[in-house]
Parts: sequence; C-alpha cells; structure tokens
Amino acid sequence: MKPISLLVALFVAIVFAATAHALDEQAAAGLGAEDVGARLEAINALVATGDEAALALLQAMQDGELNVTPSGRVVIVRDGKILNAITMATLEPVPEEIDSIVVNNRIRGALETAIGALKLFSPDRAVRLASAKAIESTSQTALLPLIEKAIAKESDRGIRESLQQTKAALDLKSSDPGVRLAAVTMLAQSKQGQVKNLLLALLEKDASGIYFEPDENVRAAAERSVDSIRYRLLISDYLARLFTGLSLGSILLLVALGLAITYGLLGVINMAHGEMLMIGAYATFVTQQLFKSYAPGLFDWYLVAAIPVAFAASALVGMVLERTVIRWLYGRPLETLLATWGISLFLIQSVRQIFGAQNVEVANPTWMSGGVELGNMVLPYNRIVIIAFSMFVLLMMWLMLSRTRLGLFVRGVTQNRMMASCVGVHTARVDLMAFGLGSGVAGLAGCALSQIGNVGPDLGQSYIIDSFMVVVLGGVGQLAGTVYAALGLGVLSKFLEPHIGAVLTKILVLVLIIAFIQRRPQGLFALKGRAVEA
Amino acid sequence: MKLEKLETRYIPRTEPLFSGVGWAALGAFALVTLVILPLLYLLPAPDSPLHISAYTITLAGKILCYCIVAMAMNLIWGYTGILSLGHGVFFALGGYAFGMYLMRQIGREGQYQSDLPDFMVFLDWKAFPWFWTGSEHFLWSALLVILIPGVLALVFGFFAFRSRIKGVYFSIITQAMTFAFMLLFFRNDTGFGGNNGFTDFKRVLGFPITAPSTRAVIFAITALALIGVVFLTRFLIRSKVGRILTAIRDSESRLMFSGYNPLGYKLFVWTLSAVLCGIAGALYVPQVGIINPSEMSPANSIEIAVWVAVGGRGTLIGPLLGAGVVNGAKSYFTQTFPEYWLFFLGLLFILVTLFMPRGVIGLVSAIRRERK
Repeated sequence: MKPISLLVALFVAIVFAATAHALDEQAAAGLGAEDVGARLEAINALVATGDEAALALLQAMQDGELNVTPSGRVVIVRDGKILNAITMATLEPVPEEIDSIVVNNRIRGALETAIGALKLFSPDRAVRLASAKAIESTSQTALLPLIEKAIAKESDRGIRESLQQTKAALDLKSSDPGVRLAAVTMLAQSKQGQVKNLLLALLEKDASGIYFEPDENVRAAAERSVDSIRYRLLISDYLARLFTGLSLGSILLLVALGLAITYGLLGVINMAHGEMLMIGAYATFVTQQLFKSYAPGLFDWYLVAAIPVAFAASALVGMVLERTVIRWLYGRPLETLLATWGISLFLIQSVRQIFGAQNVEVANPTWMSGGVELGNMVLPYNRIVIIAFSMFVLLMMWLMLSRTRLGLFVRGVTQNRMMASCVGVHTARVDLMAFGLGSGVAGLAGCALSQIGNVGPDLGQSYIIDSFMVVVLGGVGQLAGTVYAALGLGVLSKFLEPHIGAVLTKILVLVLIIAFIQRRPQGLFALKGRAVEA
Repeated sequence: MKLEKLETRYIPRTEPLFSGVGWAALGAFALVTLVILPLLYLLPAPDSPLHISAYTITLAGKILCYCIVAMAMNLIWGYTGILSLGHGVFFALGGYAFGMYLMRQIGREGQYQSDLPDFMVFLDWKAFPWFWTGSEHFLWSALLVILIPGVLALVFGFFAFRSRIKGVYFSIITQAMTFAFMLLFFRNDTGFGGNNGFTDFKRVLGFPITAPSTRAVIFAITALALIGVVFLTRFLIRSKVGRILTAIRDSESRLMFSGYNPLGYKLFVWTLSAVLCGIAGALYVPQVGIINPSEMSPANSIEIAVWVAVGGRGTLIGPLLGAGVVNGAKSYFTQTFPEYWLFFLGLLFILVTLFMPRGVIGLVSAIRRERK
C-alpha cells in the first residue's frame, strides 16, 4: 500500500472514531418509533455509524430487551434492571411505565444483516473475517456505505480484499459508468465462480437485443475479467484434481507396497491382501473403542496408538497364514491364488460373525477434521495426513529394504532364491518375515483408510483390484515402479473421472494398462536378467 | 521352482474315443437327463412320490449349465494351464445376448404395454439402441450368443497372449476385466437394464416359458449341449492340438524351443472356452428367468475355478463332478444355514488346493493305485 493512501486511511479511521461517539439517544429513539418503516430506517442509520455501541444496541433489540417509555425514550431491560440504551448505566429514577418494542419478521431480517455487517468493525480479526465472508454474496446496496467504511478501517489485507470484492459486486448496480468500470476491473481478481456469472449477465442482451450493460468500455472490461476468472478457476480446478489424484495414489501406494513385496519375493498373488486392510481397519476400530472406554481424555491420540496395533494385527494374521497355508503352495502360484481367495472369504465371514455385517464407525480425531483453505478449494487434513503417512511408510520401507540385514536377504531371495539359499540365507524365515511385513503394511493402509471411508467387512474388496493393477503396471522388485504406478494411476483416474465418469475411467485405465504391457511386458521397472523368467 | 506334474498320458490313435465304461456312463447320463428326468417332471401327478418339482428340474438345469462352464474352464485351465478369472463375464454375456431376444418376445405384455422393454420405458428411452437391432430374430440372437463372447475373448486374448502375459498376471488382468464389465453393466444408461438386468420373460420361440413342456425341452437341450461339450473336449484333447495344449501347460518355454508358436493355440482354446461359456449362459437364462450384472461379479468367476479344482482339473469327468457337488452344496447351505456357506466355500478353496491338488478324481485314482 502506498504511504499516501495509508495516511488517508488513517485519517478516515480517526474521523470515524470521532463520529462514532456521535451515537446518542436521538439515534436510538428511532428504534422505538410506531411505524415499522421508521424503525427500519433507524436500524440502517445505526449500521451506517459502524459503532460498537450500535452493535450492542441492535443485539439487545434482537434479544427483545428494548423497551420504550411513554416519552419516546428507548431503554434496555436486562436482569430486572432498566438501563440507559447508550451508556448502559442504571436509570435513576426508574420510569413508571415501559412498553416492549415488538420485533417482527421484517425487522428481524434487517437486524440479522445489520448485526452481521456491524461485526466488520469488531476488534477480533476472526469475527471480522467471518462477517466479511457472510456478506460476500449480498445484493443489498444499502450496505455499501458501511462496507466502504469498513474497507477504510480494515488493517488485515485478506479481509480488505474480500470486502473490496463485495463492494465491487454491489457497485455493478451503480448508475455511474465509471464506478461500474472500476468494479468490473476489480472483480477480475475474484476467486468465486458466481462472480463470473454476475459478469456474464452484463454481457447478455435482453429480449429487444439491447445489452444489459449500456457502456461499451464496461462490457469490454467485463469480458477481460470473465476470461481472467475463468482461467484462475481452471487452474484451481486442475490443482484440486491433482490433489485428489495424489490422495488416491497414496492410498493405492500403501495398499500395493505390501502386495509388491509378497509378489516380488514369493511370486504369489495374495488375494487375501485386501482382508489384511480390513483387519488393520478393524484393529483401528477396536483401539478406538478401548480408548473410548478406558482413556476418554486421550481419545484424540488413539490413532497414534492404532498404527502399531493395526500393523501388528495384520502382520500376525499374515504370518499365521504363511505358516499354515501359503508355505505349502510355493511354486504353484495359481493354486496359491485360489487358496488365498478362500482365506479371504473365510476372513470376511469371520469378521461378519464377530462385528456384524454393518459398517462400524471410526471417528476422525479432532486434529484431523477440517482442512486448509487454498483459494476456492479446501484440502481436508485427513487426506493430507494420509499422503504424508504413505510417504513415511514408503521411507521406512526403503530404509528397511536398503539398510537392514533382513532387507538385504529379502532382496537377495527376490533376485535368486536358489543362490541365496546356497550362501546360507534361511529362505523360509525370510519368506515368513517378508509376508508378515507385507501384511503389516496392508494393516497400516487399513488404518489410514478407516479415516476416510467406511469400515466394513467388504472394505478390502474395493481396493484390491486397483492395487493389483498397480503391481501389474509397476512391475515387481523395485519400490520405484510401485510408487510411480500408484501415483500415476491415482492422478490419471482423477483427471479422467470428471470427463467420462468413474466406470468408464476404470475401463479406460484397464485398456491403457493392457496397451502399455504390450510394449513393456514386465511393467514399468522390470528386473533385468535371469530373475525375469524364473 | 518345481513343475507341477499332471496326467498327460499318451493315448494311441487306434484307441476308441471312450472306453466301454465311458460309453456306458455317457449312455446312462443321456438316458437320465434326456428321458427319465423330463418324463418324471411331466407325467406323474404332482402328489405322486415319483414326481419331481419345477424347482428341482430348474436346479438340475442350472447345474447342467454350470457343468458346461466347468468344462469350458477345464479346457483353458485344466488342459492348457491358463487360469481365467473372467469366465463369469463370458457366461453372462451369452446370457445377456439371449436375454435380449427373450425381452423382445415379451412384446406388449410388459407392465407399460410398450414395444420397448419395461426398463427402457422406465428410463425414458424412445427407441431401441443400435445394438438391439435384430434381437427379435431367434437366429441372430443365437449367433450373438456365440459372437459376443467369442469376439471379446479373441481381442482380449490376442493382446494378452501376444505380450506373453501369463500365470498370475493373466489371472489378475482377467479379473480386472470382469470387474470393469460388472461396473459397466450396473449402469442404467448402457441399455441392459442396470442392476435389475433382464427378467419377467414370457415366452421363447412363441412357447410360454414357464410351461412344464417348455422347461422340459430346455432342460433336455442343456443336457444335450453338455454331452456335446464332453465329446468335443475328449476329441480335442486326443488330437494333436490337444497334445500341444497340454505341452503349453507343462512347459511353455520348451514348446517354444521346439519351434511352436503357442499364440494361435492359446487363442483358439481361450476363444472356444469363452464361446462354450456363452452358450451355457444362453441356456441358463430361460431356465432361471433372470440375468443381472451380479453374475459378472469377480467372486462368481473365481468360484468356477474351484468347481474344476474340486473335481479334478485336466480330467474329463472331474469338472462335471465338481460343478455338481459344489453347487449342490451351495443350494443346501444357502437354504439351511446361509451364514456358514462362505466358511464352507473358503475352507473348500484352502483344503482342496492344500490336500487334493488333483481334486476328487486324483484322490480316487491315488487310492486305487495304493490298493494295487
């Protein structure tokens, strides 16, 4: 802001601060007028002062505390005492006879707008912001003087810009072409889709072929403004899609990470992988219930405790399955597929018997509800947390695979099981650990999913096919393939969905994957060498 | 990795198509399904102990259709070693193709008395979409029953086999295809009735569809089709093509080193299998009286695999046995204690793959060998 305008603003503020004291009983007296029209006028006059005392007075009126004496003096009756309407001092002597002022619907409406608008002068920034947002789409030109005052007084840049937009939208109705031109130019910076419609309306013709906006310069400016708003909306729309795409992709990544490990290592497609998600989600649910009953004070932090619980529960189930079923089927991948499908049916039905077929409710902790506002879109905290969480899991996985002894063994066995066994790696134990790890990561994914979707026995089924596609596309043996495939599929789906719908998107993605495999049969990042044909 | 050894006995050319016992069994099966069951359904009075109900004959007809599907699955999985998780789609597509004809046969007797099927009136369609053209002709619909699954399988298989997608990769891709088709058919705007599918059929070729005689005839046709499929399978497997198919199953790379290109053979057996499924679907719809997208759910397709696994894949009667036993058990369980059916099915999957890798037939022949 230029210094000169700062000075002007300061000056104006001082002047208004001075005039604010001009609020006297005379202004208040209008509120007690017999005629409804006169009362409305008085309300508008009070609003125009922009005074704190006016706000208090109007709120008292809204609460039905205003009374009028036979002499026409307006007083407030509160807690059995009769107060001066302006100074709030107890009145001496007590008036003998008072009548309450009736607030009918028309006046109540005017009061609500007036009180909302007067909050623009509150010392609290949050109250001013809320008030500015509330009148953003108003069409009452009566508010114009007040808004102008508020703009002059406002110190916060964000609120001032919002008010300027509101003023500009109201200025469109002005009879002065110069004011309209300024308003139209101002509105080019609007972040709201409806402003675009407002401007487009100017460009239309009425039935007799005459533009609603008579001035040619204003029309030209309106066209430019519409273009610039459209462009800005388009960009934020694409950003929003990118965000939801990344969010979907990070979930697919969480689901597919475990799958890629077990498939890469054992050559086994685990159809029960989806049920590991489900177990993780139900473990989160159980943790939540325990916190609810035993530590309600710490309820907001149940999710932190649920993460290891979900991991442990799914890892345990996975390891038991590896020991009892999958171990005996190594080298028979198609049969493993069928057996693990059987396991998944079994697990689904077990959960139905224990928890019921209905979805259970898993609540977001309070720190995860709400979101960050960015332009005209809101990024929910739970999605942001999940994206961060999946990156964290990915990092842990990478550290585990590249820095630990177990990771070394897992990579060794993935590349050449026979050779690893020959140099003394206990491959059976590596299998067990890796299966537990893969299932545990699925449990983490389930824990994450419980925060954004329904938790029910069929939870796993809805994600499993998509995550298989990630593994098919990404290839196995390298984390990078899974990461690129998951994020790529997530973003691609979200960019296609608005155009062709969710179902056609799924079909198109499948077709694209098949087309892609024509060129690179082993996925994005294929292992090279003999391991491929093992 | 150890290769799995399935029975691939050399059968000399001069040996007859079936052994004496085989012919006898086939004859007995034909006698029961073509003569005795239809007659028992049609002739005795409803209160006679010999009478079998419409429910039973429908259930039996349904299971015969499933037997055809199991035989088709056996061709591709049992003999060629390719596990398809998409056979439910071919089955349902065959059903839908024939269902279109049955919908046209309703004529103006629907709830809205319109030339269009009820669901189209309901969804405010004004005319038949282009793919319904000609569906009022029986022959064209019968052709579609073969063409639709066949062409889909041919195209899908060509791209999949050409890029040498095999093993679990192929299974997963077919499952994704199944899932996509199910979602597609669940939509209302595709012209296939959305999640209600086709139902309320009135007649087929002019005969009322619920009349006992029509039911008996369709049942007999199904049995005849199944017998035909058994002959076809036997003939195919004993031919040179059949030997190559089992070679693909046992060691595809070795077959390629011997100078064969497996693409054509795989494509042939995959398409044939899909067409057989389509025919089974077309026979299924008039008997059950409804076809809807839930037939395409991935779970249904994978269940087909377990029928074959239970009976014994790579054998001629194993799949028939499996389809019969599992579906018999299913209708028993879902009536008596529905909540345990999934437990039973899940355990069946696990136990069969763990302890009976060659199914009931394998178990029986193992016991026989022990005795000797």
